[in-house]
Amino acid sequence: MTNKISLYSALAILGFWLFTTASVYTMPWFGSHIDLQQMFSAPTSLEWFGNDDLGRSIGNRVMRGAATSITVAFSVVFVTVLIGTSFGVLIAWFGNLVDMVGVRVIDIFLAFPGILLAIALAAVLGPGIDNVIIALVAVSWVGFARLARAQTLSVKKRDHVQVAIAMGTPTVTIIRKHILPLIAAPLIVEATFAIAAVIVAEAGLSFLGLGVQPPTPSWGSMIKQGTQYLLIAPHMVLAPGVALFSMVYAINILGDKLRDHLQVRENQL
Amino acid sequence: MIFYRVLSALIVMLGVSTITFALLHAVPGDPVEVMLGESASVADRAALRADLGLDQPIPQQWLAFQRDLVRLDFGQSLYSKKPIVDLLAERAPWTAGLAFVSLVIALLIAIPLGTIAALKVGTGFDALSSSLSLLGVSVPNFLFGPLLIIIFSIWLGWFPTSGNEGLKSIVLPAITLGTSLAAILSRMIRASLLDVLSEEYVVAARARGLSKFQVLVRHVYPNAALPVLTVVGLQLGALLGGAVITEIIFAWPGVGQLLIEGIQRRDYPVVQACVLVVSFVYVGVNMLTDIAYSHVDPRINFDE
Repeated sequence: MTNKISLYSALAILGFWLFTTASVYTMPWFGSHIDLQQMFSAPTSLEWFGNDDLGRSIGNRVMRGAATSITVAFSVVFVTVLIGTSFGVLIAWFGNLVDMVGVRVIDIFLAFPGILLAIALAAVLGPGIDNVIIALVAVSWVGFARLARAQTLSVKKRDHVQVAIAMGTPTVTIIRKHILPLIAAPLIVEATFAIAAVIVAEAGLSFLGLGVQPPTPSWGSMIKQGTQYLLIAPHMVLAPGVALFSMVYAINILGDKLRDHLQVRENQL
Repeated sequence: MIFYRVLSALIVMLGVSTITFALLHAVPGDPVEVMLGESASVADRAALRADLGLDQPIPQQWLAFQRDLVRLDFGQSLYSKKPIVDLLAERAPWTAGLAFVSLVIALLIAIPLGTIAALKVGTGFDALSSSLSLLGVSVPNFLFGPLLIIIFSIWLGWFPTSGNEGLKSIVLPAITLGTSLAAILSRMIRASLLDVLSEEYVVAARARGLSKFQVLVRHVYPNAALPVLTVVGLQLGALLGGAVITEIIFAWPGVGQLLIEGIQRRDYPVVQACVLVVSFVYVGVNMLTDIAYSHVDPRINFDE
C-alpha cells in the first residue's frame, strides 16, 4: 500500500513538472517580469515563494527552471543512451582487440571523479545550454557503455544468438532483434537514474556559474544567487531547492520501482 | 599481478592526461586570445604562445605535456605568476583534510545504519534506512550546504558560515560532503553484510554459542570489510567531485576552489593541473585499494 502511494506521488510530482515545462514553452515572457518595488519580498499569500533580488516572482522562475532542467536532462540522456549503448554493444560484439581498447577508453573516462570533467569541459567550451549538454554527455555516456558491454557479453553466449550467427543472420539484425531487446531492461533503469543524476549535475554546473546563463533561470543558479543573500532572504534558496529535491527524489523513487518491476538486480547496474 | 594493476593504472593516467591536454584545444577560437583577453599586446600573446608551446605541432605539444607531467612541472599560473605546483601544494592539504573528515563522518553514519538495516532486514527499520539513503542521494550538496548554513550559522550561530577560522569551520562542509557519501555507503554496507550473514561460518559461530555481538565483530565485520573498502575507494570519486562544489559553498581554500578561481580567471594551465591532480589521486587510491585487497584476500586474482 505505501508502495503504491509513493509511486503515485512520484508520478504526480513528475507530471506536474512536465506539465509546467510544456506550459512555459508557450509563454517565453513567463517569470522575467522585473519589479524593483518587490525586491527580496518574503512569501505572501499572492506570491507564494516571494521575490528575488530583482523583484521577480520566484515561483514563476522556479517553473521556468523546471523547463531548463528537463530540457537538458532529456537531451543529455537521449544522446548518452545512443552513444553509450552503441559503443558498449559494438565493442562487446567485436570482442578481442576492439574490446580491449574499448574497455581502456571506458576506464579512462571513469577515472575523472564525479562531474570534474564536465566542470572542466563546460569551463573551456564557455557558458550556454548547448555546451552544458555536451559537457554532461561527455561524462555520462560511459556508464551506459560499461553496462551495455557487460550485458552484451552475457547475451552473446546464449544459444539463440549462437544459432543466429551460425545461420548467417546479418550482424545488424542479430544486434537489433536478438541482443537489444534482452539488454533493454537494465538500460531503461539506468536511464531513469541518469535523468536524476543529470538534473543534479546541470544544477551543479549552473551553481558554479558554468551552466545556463542569466536571464534564463536554472534551479542551480537560483540557489547560487540565494546563497549570496542568505542573511536577508533565505527564501531565495528554499523554493528552487525544494523544486530540485522533489524532482530528483521522485525520479529516484520511479527508478527504484522500475528496477523492482523489471527485476534488474542492484549489482547489475 | 601487482605489476599488471600498476601498469593498467599508468595506462589510465596516460589517457586522463591526454584528455586533459586536449581540453586546452577544445577552447573555441584561439586559446591564447581567450586567456589574455582582446586588449593584450601582440608581444604578450606571442610570449604566452611560445611559453605554452602552442606554436609547436600537436604531437610535440603532447610529448612536452607528458614530459613536464613526469617532472611534476605544471608551468606557471597566468594570474599569480607562481609555479602551479606551489599553488597545489598550498591547497591540497585543505582538500585532503576536508575529504578525510567527511569520510570519517560518512563511515560513522553508514556503518551503524547499514548494520542495523542488515540485521533487521525486511523490517520497518530497514525500510526507514533505505528511505533515508534515498533522501540523502536526492539532496545535492549545493542545496544541503546552504540549508546547514541557514540553520546552524544564521539561526543558531553555532558555526561560522564560511572560511577557515579554526576547527569549527570544517564541521559544516564535512557534514555536507559526508552525509551524501553516507547515503550511498549505508546501502553498500547493508548489501555486503547480508552476503556475509548468509555464509555457513556465521551460522556455525552462532551454533558454537557466540553471542550475536561477538559473531558480528569477529566474523561478519572482518569479512565484509574488504568489499566495503573497495566501494569506499570507488566512491572517493564522488567525494572529490563533490568537494569542488562544497569548497565553493563554504569558501574552503582547497583545490576545488583553486579550480573554480582558475576557470573564472581563464587561467587554463591551473584548471588543467587541478583536474589532473584530483583524477590521479582517485586512480592511485583505487589502485592501492585493489592491491591491498589482493594481499589480504588471496581469493582475488587480477589475472581473471
